[in-house]
Amino acid sequence: MKVAITSVGNSPDAKLDSHFGRCSYFVIYDTETAATEYIPNINKENIEGCGPASVQFVASKGVKKIISGEFGAKVKAISDSLQIQLIILKDQEKTVSEIIQLLNH
Amino acid sequence: MNNPPHFKGFRPIGLPEENNPVVINFEEYEAIRLSDFEFNGHVEAAQIMGVSRPTYTRIYESARRKVAQAFVLGKAIVFEGGKVYFDSEWYSCNKCGCWFNHPEKGEEIKNCTLCGSNDIEQYHQGPQSGSTDDVCICPTCGFEKVHLATTPCKNEICPNCNCPMIRKDTPHNKGVKNSNCN
Repeated sequence: MKVAITSVGNSPDAKLDSHFGRCSYFVIYDTETAATEYIPNINKENIEGCGPASVQFVASKGVKKIISGEFGAKVKAISDSLQIQLIILKDQEKTVSEIIQLLNH
Repeated sequence: MNNPPHFKGFRPIGLPEENNPVVINFEEYEAIRLSDFEFNGHVEAAQIMGVSRPTYTRIYESARRKVAQAFVLGKAIVFEGGKVYFDSEWYSCNKCGCWFNHPEKGEEIKNCTLCGSNDIEQYHQGPQSGSTDDVCICPTCGFEKVHLATTPCKNEICPNCNCPMIRKDTPHNKGVKNSNCN
């Protein structure tokens, strides 16, 4: 299963980005192959609709779970209808590698 | 609405596929589910869906007519759109401090989806059955109360002066004075 993590940079030591729609990078982590992929967020500079555009983008990558600091109301509605699970992590000091470790519990 | 159908529709047996299926909205599906599967009354079902009782009856009527049309004419049924938003339950994990929701109903959640701990709690929202932003107001003393969908304002009685209440800030209710309620 693929999991998207929002991140401020494109390395495993980068911290979690607290804004889903306007995050810098999406880290797509595959729990079966343990492969990670860093994708810059092209919707970051949009005036509006970053959240829905980002959900559509990660959904097209086959993501089933999204981990971020915050999600908007539009994102919630779309992800529910696409059956994507949202995970809110309040601890913004966590790095991408720490989150991946948590996922491999 | 809580439970979207997990399939896209129905097809009649033994007929060539037709191109104009009957489109049933999700709210109509939900109305049939609430009334004919869970046996709720129209008043309770309307509260669950967050609409007024007359609106609920209209949705339900339309749903039944569409089902009947599909049955009699042998048409296919597809579920589609409508003015609905899906709702999912939220859980919090006491170990890693994360919150997560659960879009796939039916499966019970026992472990945190992130760290796998079983120290999780379901998040409950306060009771807000059918309440909207609308407010009922007493035309005599100005007593206010949150309007309940499914209960007309005039059926609410002001506790201070026993007046039937009216909807606040509605133009056609402005200047209404009820003199024989004391």
